[in-house]
Amino acid sequence: MTSSPLATYQPDQRALALIGGEATDANLRRYLHGIPGIDAVGLEARAADLGTRSIKTSSKRWAIDTIIGLIDLTTLEGSDTPGKVRSLVAKALVPDPNDPGCPRVAAVCVYGDMVGDAVAALGSAHAAGGTEGVNVAAVATAFPSGRAALAIKLADVRDAVAAGADEIDMVIDRGAFLAGRFGQVYDEIVAVKDACRRVDGSLAHLKVILETGELNTYDNVRRASWLAILAGGDFIKTSTGKVAPAATLPVTLSMLEVVRDWHRLTGVRIGVKPAGGIRTSKDAIKYLVTVGETVGEEWLTPHLFRFGASSLLNDVLLQRQKMTTGHYSGPDYVTID
Amino acid sequence: MKFLDYAPAPESKALLSLKSDYGLFINGEFTAGRGTPFQTINPATEQQIAMIATANEADVDDAVSAARLAYDGVWSRLTGSDRGKYLFRIARLVQERARELAVAETLDNGKPIKETRDVDIPLVAAWFFYYAGWADKLDHAGVGPNPAALGVAAQVIPWNFPLMMLAWKIAPALAAGNTVVLKPAETTSLTALLFAEILQQADLPDGVVNIITGDGGTGAALVNHPGINKVAFTGSTSVGRAIARSVAGTDKKLSLELGGKGANIVFDDAPIDQAVEGIVRGIFFNQGHVCCAGSRLLVQESIHDEVIDRLKRRMQTLRLGDPLDKNTDIGAINSAEQLARIRELSDLGEQEGAQRWSSDCVIPQEGFWFAPTIFTNVSTSHRIARDEIFGPVLSVLTFRTPAEAIAKANNTPYGLSAGIWSDKGSRILAVADKLRAGVIWANTFNQFDPSSPFGGYKESGYGREGGRHGLAAYLKPAVRSGSRSINAADQQATPVTKKSASASKKSASAEKAAK
Repeated sequence: MTSSPLATYQPDQRALALIGGEATDANLRRYLHGIPGIDAVGLEARAADLGTRSIKTSSKRWAIDTIIGLIDLTTLEGSDTPGKVRSLVAKALVPDPNDPGCPRVAAVCVYGDMVGDAVAALGSAHAAGGTEGVNVAAVATAFPSGRAALAIKLADVRDAVAAGADEIDMVIDRGAFLAGRFGQVYDEIVAVKDACRRVDGSLAHLKVILETGELNTYDNVRRASWLAILAGGDFIKTSTGKVAPAATLPVTLSMLEVVRDWHRLTGVRIGVKPAGGIRTSKDAIKYLVTVGETVGEEWLTPHLFRFGASSLLNDVLLQRQKMTTGHYSGPDYVTID
Repeated sequence: MKFLDYAPAPESKALLSLKSDYGLFINGEFTAGRGTPFQTINPATEQQIAMIATANEADVDDAVSAARLAYDGVWSRLTGSDRGKYLFRIARLVQERARELAVAETLDNGKPIKETRDVDIPLVAAWFFYYAGWADKLDHAGVGPNPAALGVAAQVIPWNFPLMMLAWKIAPALAAGNTVVLKPAETTSLTALLFAEILQQADLPDGVVNIITGDGGTGAALVNHPGINKVAFTGSTSVGRAIARSVAGTDKKLSLELGGKGANIVFDDAPIDQAVEGIVRGIFFNQGHVCCAGSRLLVQESIHDEVIDRLKRRMQTLRLGDPLDKNTDIGAINSAEQLARIRELSDLGEQEGAQRWSSDCVIPQEGFWFAPTIFTNVSTSHRIARDEIFGPVLSVLTFRTPAEAIAKANNTPYGLSAGIWSDKGSRILAVADKLRAGVIWANTFNQFDPSSPFGGYKESGYGREGGRHGLAAYLKPAVRSGSRSINAADQQATPVTKKSASASKKSASAEKAAK
């Protein structure tokens, strides 16, 4: 592992030192385009190869419980109500009513106006950024499109933080990114990070959604990942779940490679969150393998890896029941939410 | 236990029913060999799998006679489309029995099940499917209209891809209308003998393919036999030379696919993570037992340290162990003899002053194993930069300019393969144009496809396998009177088989091929 003087820098100084000047479009372009490219065929072949690992018996058991503890149980619908959120929180706390030993999920993820309801429903089980209990994540910054004035995006963030959100899932301005206005994307992330500050001065955890389905190329995904990390994101997240394709294994692998390289460069660990489209235990296990063999097993903790998912949890619970009882049950043996 | 110490996930051996003794496959039947039988062992455990017969000169003579009889009596009289039907049938049977063949190959060769399952056996089927399609299109093979088969082909194959090499040899030979006597390598005869059972299942006319086992003496008797028209050999350069000498002065056609010391060239603008994957695939695929392995890494000096750092990190995730475990990346070395050679050359590398590094992996007690190893600070004059090691050992050299990369890549008596890693398409084409290697991969390595010709320059041999070129190696331009221009009565003829009734019961796809 390279030990670098960068490790001792403040995050904003670190970025400027790396970019070699102010975060202008030109400086950022020079930096981001200087990073080695990605060969799409090779990346996809590597992801497919990782997907062939055979995870059985005790390893599978561990994987199943780990997956549950890494899930951001999500509801992001226009039809969400306080009742729906309460139900989601109950599921997050007790995923399997038949097995009190079943771990809780990492967080619930809701729209900003539902944060208060989620916090209230969690009560004493609210982890509030800690490791005991369940955290509340809120999508913000005019999610999912991000098409709003900066002031409105920042108000959206402050509102959610004030209501008790522990984590903010922001979207980048994909239009600005694709138009080459890297400075604008960078500045927005910096501003959102600042808006994550609570009254006591602490910061809500910031996840930066790249919406990889709209960035289209792996090179773009890699550059957007570096940009988000340079600007101070704590997590990089693939997708909103509202655009297809959402998370894929090759995209997640390319982001994990960035996170690994950032750690190699600065000693700082950044989290990764694939979101959308991961529905089965089998798929989720492929992600665990990819994390383990790319950045290392220490990333398999809620502080550094999350699944953004809703239907995944029930498939994992069915697998868990199968491993406990030896029998397959069915969808009526797990709760709908 | 850590998650990355994945729990054992062994492939089941239950599908496989092996005999304790295997005879020679001559004229459609298994017969006892007249030489002294030998044992074939599992290189991962050193346990005996089965006893294999040795063919002596009389057995070789029988096999060649059977092939000649089948050529004159049946195979040369069939239409191309009828030969194609047999090849399609063989391809389907290989697919049906793919898992069984994969397990057998892994047991006998020591290579990991994920490679036999995902690479070897699928390519075997692909080769038969591909050449099945060619059988009735020989006019387009590039040797003029109405090309003729050569006759009886003697084929000697190596131990590194036993069944795949068999397919590379047999499929084009049969498609072109030749009959075959094939000798698998001494240490890996098992899947060739299972393949013989598939030929019985497919009702291939007797004698069209004969498989004889034994050591180098059997191989020499075969290639020296006066009754053959073609010799095709894949193996070491020294044996290839001896064959070329023995064939000289005869009218036997010869193709040789020999050793290599492939250069894998990584430029400073390469997609670095994929290049590291390509380096790993280039040298650690099949334990480095690959004639076209990228055994010399030529990396641009400006990114040398970064590439080596990433490569070492990646190598730490390679899993060495039980080849039948589905998560094994590096299997066993095929034989004690090969292991000794790898050790000898690696020790020499250290003595010559190169810096040795191996990944941390636990070497099992039984069997033949060698940890994935790289040598840095290697000079072009070092033996490990010149000799083919044929094991999981990479020699790393550096270069400063494209011209130096080309000069170093070409500075070898071999010329089989090379790889180029760069994001710049024009550079890839310019460099590829100047490399003297039969196969050049751009931003990938060790990819095989039946439609792509494969073969070498210089001491890597001559002749091409695969694609249209591979077909031409089994054809001659002149029309042999009576062979292809067959009359209507012959076209209606159904090949004579002794065991069609029982065989068709065994195979779901066994309708009469020659209807």
